[in-house]
Formats: sequence, structure tokens, C-alpha cells
Amino acid sequence: MGSLSDQLWQVVTARGIIHVKDPQLAWLFCGVLGALILASGIGKILQHNAKSDAARSTIDNLNARTRAWWKMCAIFALTMLIGGIGTLVLFALLSLLAMREYITLMSTRRGDHRTLLWSFFIITPLQYYLIAIRWYGLFAIMIPAFAFLFIPARIAVTGDTEHFLERAAKIQFGIMICLYCLSYAPALLLLRIPGFENNSARLLFYLVLVTQMSDVFKYIWGKLLGRHKIVPRVSPNKTWEGFFGGVLTATALGAALWWVTPFTPIVAAGMSLVIALLGAAGGLVMSAIKRDAGVKDFGATIEGHGGILDRIDSLCFAAPIFFHLVRYYFVP
Amino acid sequence: MSAGIHPLANAIAALARGISGVRVRWAGCQPEVKQRIYFANHTSHLDFVVLWSALPGEVRARTRPVAAKDYWEKGIKAYLALNVFRAVMVRRGGIAQAGSEVAAIAEARATIDQLAEAMGETESLIIFPEGTRGTGEAIAPFRSGIYYLAKRRPEVELVPVYIENLNRILPKGEVIPVPLVCLLTFGAPMHIGDAEDKASFLERASAAMHALRRKGHLQAWVR
Repeated sequence: MGSLSDQLWQVVTARGIIHVKDPQLAWLFCGVLGALILASGIGKILQHNAKSDAARSTIDNLNARTRAWWKMCAIFALTMLIGGIGTLVLFALLSLLAMREYITLMSTRRGDHRTLLWSFFIITPLQYYLIAIRWYGLFAIMIPAFAFLFIPARIAVTGDTEHFLERAAKIQFGIMICLYCLSYAPALLLLRIPGFENNSARLLFYLVLVTQMSDVFKYIWGKLLGRHKIVPRVSPNKTWEGFFGGVLTATALGAALWWVTPFTPIVAAGMSLVIALLGAAGGLVMSAIKRDAGVKDFGATIEGHGGILDRIDSLCFAAPIFFHLVRYYFVP
Repeated sequence: MSAGIHPLANAIAALARGISGVRVRWAGCQPEVKQRIYFANHTSHLDFVVLWSALPGEVRARTRPVAAKDYWEKGIKAYLALNVFRAVMVRRGGIAQAGSEVAAIAEARATIDQLAEAMGETESLIIFPEGTRGTGEAIAPFRSGIYYLAKRRPEVELVPVYIENLNRILPKGEVIPVPLVCLLTFGAPMHIGDAEDKASFLERASAAMHALRRKGHLQAWVR
């Protein structure tokens, strides 16, 4: 065990995934810290001024969300400080927890047990291991080609044909969203952009920040101005006002942070626009799945937010597209 | 007096909580240090451990599982059952095993004596009245042991517990669990009536569990 992790560590450090000393990252962290302090302060003031019961419960939820943000940011910062390995372990755990929430709501059967064991304990670690050893070629096709075919084959071997296609498809979709798409976020560490070689961790930070802030902005604009619901049957809380306000504010934030990326301000704005739009799509799709399953949230792990998958749905959609945009245009 | 909890028992309970992501809903009573008989549906090897781990520490220290002797009497299983979890080992009865109806009745009596003695004045029990693990698709008819136990200790609260989804985490016949989320619903305590006969009591106990099953559903777990 020791020697394996040592080797892995050497591979990672030698190839420049590590990024402990990066002044611009430090500035980003300071910015996040400032935003958290500001949010907590505003929460306190609002709590003090809340009059009606409805307002009080909204503010309580807001403050619960802020408390959870403190914890999430602390965990994210800690894993970034540990370096590439820390980030990979964090995202592998997020994949497992998200998949747990998703599969729990799906009606899998007894015959799927072994397939699920493969998904949780072999395919998930393998996908993140491929990032650790920088095997991009296999990373990109292992799930859409091999796991895609393996899952129905493994279920067929059990001989349980009831709702066969439905069961296979549900597991495939879960692996695609919770594992494959999410793993594109830490895969940003693989990208070698000329003039930006040792700074790819900033891209990950940038993606996560813009995605999560676009969710926060959509929430704030929705609470302040929200009138016209986008698809009330899917989600009663998503409004056009929140959508436009959130997407525009996130785009502005992303453009303002161009200096941590290899992008020009205009390109940074474009990238952030794509991230925010995909984040909205992710939130909508995962809401539709929740409505179909008859639940409000995927879980209750994160105070005020719901489950892990409720928090990262936008990231799952934004990560692969952001990765491939950057790879197509910036990696020679 | 109850013995302390074996450290291994707490470790196994913590592991089981992690794997099963158990959510607990006290729908008809609150966790209390008082004598109770928890009766639950049985679909997985993890049932007892997860149920036990869901109880608060002080309740846990005074709650013992009832385990089938034929299954748990050998090797490491016996060590876990007896030394770690302080299980009460009972023989699974029936005329087939005992040889004759008279022998079966005598044996069942001895089992109830044994359970009542194990409870003493302080201990609670966890029992699985279906008698064996099912697939989770239906609740099997209850065996009569729960009726005779209730008769013997009519003052003790009987608490129905419905375990949802644990059969998907570790189904019968599998060894490695899939870490999904399961839900435990504790229902309202019940007592046996003074003149209640076996059939109607078993019917009532089973109905209580079916009611929890209907309102169970992980869908309702949030808030």
C-alpha cells in the first residue's frame, strides 16, 4: 500500500499536478473567504429584521445554506492544498455519494447487485485512477464505451429480464452523470496549456467557482425578483428572472476573473456563459428526475441544500463541456 | 444490570451506519431507555446491526438481538453473536424439528422462558417475527413467538420497525454490500389485549408493520 501511494504521489508531483504555492489561487481563496464573511453578515442582518414567519423560515434556510457553504469551501480548500491526490479523492467520494443518492431512488432489482458493486467499487476508483496516471485516452472512453457495454452484459448474465433495458439504462445514466461527467472537473488537472503548465488547478477552481456562484446568483435573483416560472411542473423555484440574473451575473464574475485563467476577458465571459447555461440545464434535468421519482431533494446530507447530487448537478453538466472547449482551443 | 457495549460492536455499528447511510424516523414514539420489544421485517444480514446502530448509545447498551441458534452457533458468527452483540440464541421451532407436536410446544415454551429471562427487568429485545429473511417484496406471515412473548410480558411496549431498502444494500445470498441509503421507521408502541387471541394479535402486529411500510418510502425522508 505504502509503496503504491508513494509511486502515485511521485507520478503526480513529478508531472506538475501539484500546485501548493500559487499566489493567484491564494487570492481566489481570499476572495471566497471574503464572500463567505459577507454572506454570513448579511444573513445576520436579515435574520434580525425578518418580520413574518414565512420570511423567517426563508432566512433560516438561507443561513443554513451559508453555514454549509463554509464547510464545503473548507473541504474544497483543504483538498486543493493537499494537491492533485486530495482533489481526486474528493471527487471520487463525491461520485460515490452522488451515485448512492441516485441509485437509491431508482428501482433496481436483486439481479443488479453485482453490477452495482462493479460500478461503485471497480469502475469509480478506476476512472479517477486513470486521471492520476494521466491516461487521457482511456479516461475519455472507459465509461462511454466499455462500462456502457459491460453493464447490460453483466445484468444479462444474472438471467433476470424483468424491466431489463430500464434497469440497465438507469445504471448507465447514473454512471454517466455522477461519475463520468463529474470526473471531467478534476481531469482539468491533466491539461497542459502552453504558458499555463503548472496552473491547471486554477482552471478547476474557476470552473467550480463559476458553476456554484451561478447557482447562488440564480437563487438570489430568483428570491429577489422571481415571478415567471420556467417549467413549473419540473421545478417551482426556477424562474426566468433568476435564470437571466444568475447567468448574466455569473458571466460577469467569470469575465472579471479572467486573470486566473489562460483566457482573455472576452473568452472568459464566453466560457462562463457556457458554464452558467449548462449549469441551468443540469439543474433542470436533475429536477425532472426528482419529480419523476417523487422526491424534493436527492438527500439531506448538506444542511439547507439537500443531497450531494443537488449541489453538484450543475457541475456534472458544465464540467465535460468546459473541459473539451478548453482542450480543443487551448491545448495544442 | 446490563454489561457495557463491546468496543467491536460499536465499531461494526459505525461501519454499518456508513455503508447503509441509514436514516431514522421515529414516527410513533421517541427513543427512550425503557424496556421494549422492537419487532422488524427481515430482509438482510445487516438488519439487526443497522437497527441496533440507529438507537442512541444508552438505549443500545440495553438492547439485545434474538438470533437463530442453528444459523449463528458456529465459529466467528457465534463469537459475534454471543460476545460482541450479546445475542439471545433461540432454537427455531416447528413440529418438523422437534419431532412431535407435544415436543414442539414444550420447546416453544422453553424459548419464551429463555427470552423472558434474558429481558429481566432492564433489557429490550430486537426480534424478527417473520422468522427468516425474505426478499423484501412482501412481509411474510408472523410466527407465533411474538404472541407468546407479548403474553408473558404484557406490560412491555412492542415497537414495530419497518426497514426499507436494506434488502437492496445486502440481499440474501450476497456478501459485499452496495452502499445505498436505507430508512428505518419506528412506529407507535402497542400492547397485547387482556383477552386477545393469537390470530387477532398477530394480525394486528402485522398490520402495524404494513402500515409503516405504506408510509415508509424513502421519498418522505427529507424533513
